[in-house]
Amino acid sequence: MLQVHCPYCGELREEEEFSYGGQAHIARPEEPDSVSDKDWGSYLFFRKNPRGLHHEMWNHTAGCRRYFNVTRHTVTYEILETYPIGEQPSCKDGIHGETS
Amino acid sequence: MPALEVNRLATGGLIDRQQRVNFTFNGRSLQGYHGDTLASALLANGIKVVGRSFKYGRPRGVVGHGSEEPNAIVQVGSGAETIPNLRATQVEIYEGLEAASVGGWPSVDFDLMSIVGWFGRLMPPGFYYKTFMWPARFWMTYEHIIRKAAGLGRAPQERDPDLYDRLNHHCDVLVVGAGPAGLSAALEASRTGARVILADEQQQLGGSLLSTHSSIGAQSGGQWLQETCEQLASCDNVTLLPRSTVFGYYDHNFLGIVERRTDHQVPSQRSGARQRLHRVRARQVILATGAIERPLVFAHNDVPGVMLASSVSTYINRYGVAPGTELVLFTANDSAYQCALDWHGAGRSVVAVVDSRAAPDGPLVKACRRAGITVIAAHGVIDVKGGNAVRAALVAPLNEEGSAVIGSARQLDCDLIACSGGWSPVVHLSSQTGAKPLWDKEVIGFLPGDSWQAECSVGAAVGSYTLLACLAEGASAGAAAAARAGHGNGESMFVAPNTQEQPEHPAQALFLVPHTRGTSRAPKQFVDFQLDVTAAAIELAAREGYQSVEHVKRYTAMGFGTDQGKLGNINGVAILAQTLGQDIADTGTTMFRPCYTPTTFGALAGRDVVDLFDPERYTAMHRWHLEHNAQWENVGQWKRPRYFPNAGESMQEAVDRECLAVRNSVGLLDASTLGKIDIQGSDAAEFLTRIYTNSYLKLAPGRCRYGLMLKEDGMIFDDGVTACIDENRYLMHTTTGGAAGVLAWLELWHQTEWPELDVYFTSVTDHWSTATISGPNARNVLAKVCDDIDLAADQFKFLDWREATVAGVKARIFRISFTGELTYEVNVPSHYGRHLWEALIAAGEEFTITPYGTETMHVLRAEKGFIIVGQDTDGSMTPQDMDMDWIVGHKKSFSFVGKRSLSRSDSVREGRKQLVGLKTRDPQRVLPEGSQLVNDPNQPLPMSMQGHVTSSYFSACLGHSIALAVVKGGLSRKGEVIYSPQADGSVIEAEIVDSVFYDAEGERQHV
Repeated sequence: MLQVHCPYCGELREEEEFSYGGQAHIARPEEPDSVSDKDWGSYLFFRKNPRGLHHEMWNHTAGCRRYFNVTRHTVTYEILETYPIGEQPSCKDGIHGETS
Repeated sequence: MPALEVNRLATGGLIDRQQRVNFTFNGRSLQGYHGDTLASALLANGIKVVGRSFKYGRPRGVVGHGSEEPNAIVQVGSGAETIPNLRATQVEIYEGLEAASVGGWPSVDFDLMSIVGWFGRLMPPGFYYKTFMWPARFWMTYEHIIRKAAGLGRAPQERDPDLYDRLNHHCDVLVVGAGPAGLSAALEASRTGARVILADEQQQLGGSLLSTHSSIGAQSGGQWLQETCEQLASCDNVTLLPRSTVFGYYDHNFLGIVERRTDHQVPSQRSGARQRLHRVRARQVILATGAIERPLVFAHNDVPGVMLASSVSTYINRYGVAPGTELVLFTANDSAYQCALDWHGAGRSVVAVVDSRAAPDGPLVKACRRAGITVIAAHGVIDVKGGNAVRAALVAPLNEEGSAVIGSARQLDCDLIACSGGWSPVVHLSSQTGAKPLWDKEVIGFLPGDSWQAECSVGAAVGSYTLLACLAEGASAGAAAAARAGHGNGESMFVAPNTQEQPEHPAQALFLVPHTRGTSRAPKQFVDFQLDVTAAAIELAAREGYQSVEHVKRYTAMGFGTDQGKLGNINGVAILAQTLGQDIADTGTTMFRPCYTPTTFGALAGRDVVDLFDPERYTAMHRWHLEHNAQWENVGQWKRPRYFPNAGESMQEAVDRECLAVRNSVGLLDASTLGKIDIQGSDAAEFLTRIYTNSYLKLAPGRCRYGLMLKEDGMIFDDGVTACIDENRYLMHTTTGGAAGVLAWLELWHQTEWPELDVYFTSVTDHWSTATISGPNARNVLAKVCDDIDLAADQFKFLDWREATVAGVKARIFRISFTGELTYEVNVPSHYGRHLWEALIAAGEEFTITPYGTETMHVLRAEKGFIIVGQDTDGSMTPQDMDMDWIVGHKKSFSFVGKRSLSRSDSVREGRKQLVGLKTRDPQRVLPEGSQLVNDPNQPLPMSMQGHVTSSYFSACLGHSIALAVVKGGLSRKGEVIYSPQADGSVIEAEIVDSVFYDAEGERQHV
């Protein structure tokens, strides 16, 4: 069971307070109506599945109810950082890399 | 009369000889002493056969003395409190204990599986896959019989009457294992003031110190142990957990420990929780899990009376039991010689020590020779004589590598063969962190690999087998872990004591002992006792092309037993490596997963059972419903009345009566559970317009609007009525089950996509109680309890809402309708719910107001063709599929959530399933919900499915059955006939009709 640091509450809390929100940093097309079916399909359905660092959203469901971003290693489940929506990760593949 | 304890020594052991304990095993009355395990007591009584093997039904005896035991698997207790799959080596006996073998149904001595035994020869690895998988339907039968006969224990049939509880801990240092290394680590860590938990699976702390003759400085090992335990017990910052198995090592240093609190007590004297689950979040973990002695693989090595050398020592030293009279010890290392010394010291005869090494000459070897014990070097035990008990060992000379027999065998008569292939560090918990165990040639074992978790392994778990090394490593790890957790400076106060240990001579890496015949022709050489996997089976798997150890595991079932192959896996890996011509390091080992030993569901479930399994939510009217015979429907966590039967009424009769009451006079529904979200902010209307398919920009205060919410893929996700409370303030209603999901959905879009919008959301579901008055007399009822607003149809119109006083309480009244009748939904602060309800019941008496439940609500709305999201939709339905294009604002300036997806090629293709009504040819026949629909019921299988029934009821109001269904291209097929073949062979014929069955013009809700 993970421990997640909520960047808004400022505390390390148990996973059961949170819910997973899927891959982070997916921008909704500004003009959906002018996007091709193929590109819209990519936006809707295609997600990364990396072996290594993954940037993902979590929601502090049983806490402040806010969404935030998490950089998590998908092999070790190590959480390298959490940061508010709208910010960019400081840990990226090739910088912190794989830890095992 | 109880049997005699033929193997009990006159003195010695840690048992309490003043306390006799009576128990039964497989129905037989026996005696032991307080302090015995079931295994030690059985061995004391001379009982050799304790179970039957899984596949071949062979007799099996006790092999080990701890959690590694593969054979002595027992069921303890009876009735509701029984526990299966316990290791007799870990079961403490108590007065009146009843135990039985799990292997060997109907009995250990006459076993049904022995009939299977002869045909067991025909059961090579993969046998189940090869033979039983086809035809698939037979597999169930075979498996049922085989499982019952082979025995995997029986789960109790009754509800578990015992109490189990749970504790959450945070600690600085968790030490797993209380042998010398663990004790030393805990001691050092505790000195820094760190919060320490020390857990050990045995009933006493001490590990190897409980059964050795070692000394530590001026003290005996036992004295040191007692002093250390007393010191730890006196520390407020230390929690000692004996009888506590750390069964799982999970993410972020979260570990599960199950503590057996009363299992060892006489049942009538037990009190409190039987077992306790400790959920521990540890800053640092020290794994001092020790090592398990590895058996050697030779022919007939499963005959009862073949045991681990260290286990024989343990039974002598700890329990005062010598499990036999004439011992042959077979070893490839020095440490096992202690077993011969212990046996000799117990006054029993050592026939010989057989050592595979060419010239053993270590200190313990010398001690044996001094004691006059015969040591036969460069030999191996290659075979065993005996059926239910060992009669002799066949001993033959081996070549230097131990890979071939190079001379003729001779027979050594004996009744006990102790063997040792060296030690395997217990890397299971380390492996559970994801660390890959690494083969170490010097240690001849797998050592813990690197893990990113905050843990380290010490002592025998990393192949350090001397007492001094264990104490020293434990101490420095304890100090270091405490420092990393923020306590102390990391320096250990450890001063090395004199342990009088002399270095051992190198061991030989021996796993499979050669036979005069090749492995495939030799008698069975067992690798995994519990699942009857032989060396030949592993070779065969390799020959058949299996190379990965994980595949071989699955093909042969090696390590699949409840013991997870604690004894067998390393030998299996070594044999596979040898067959493949690889290094063991390249073959690697399998992953170990929780649980380390079987863990009861009771402990894992704790108190989250029965009524406490899941929270239940009640409305403020709940007790009234209870008092009026409500039958319940679970909707999410809510308890909702489904219908209110009168005495003697069936469900259908009650629902018919309730439906007719609403259509003809008036009914009352508790709608408090509907999700309610208060939405405020200057951009609230804009936000709603982006989230719903229709627009809210022009919704005026006092007005309501029905909305449909889509996921971004265009599929219907929720629906409900939103009211404009005031400028910049709205109240959104959601489905009962969808409330939490909708709130998270709104937050997601606001927080991640449109943070610039000024809008806020608050769940107010629990703030309001809602009573829905529905039916032609609804206004008449309301008028009796509400006189401060004008209820006239032209003043308070359909889709209006008003603030008013109802039964003396400030209320919000919404004129919205889910039944198609004139309806008022009256909302009051939730604690007035029952007051409001009773006032309405009283006011409605003259109109025979009828409380109705969800079932009636479902029928009424289906008559109107109103969908229920999640029943008539399943996450793959667009508004167009539901014939609801009228609610989609195609011209809205902002591309609302899901809009773009409505023009995807898949969303506009021909032949999508569409919502229609079905009218059965036989008006009394009600289609089962979920029934498949076909065009031609006589089409050969597989038929072409056209859709399925989503809602189906008998409509008392219409006098015939009605159904909603989704049918391919259904909206253009009205008037056609469609068929539904049923499981009983009958076919229900139905006409496709419009989904609105009643009051198609929608006039009744406007009156």
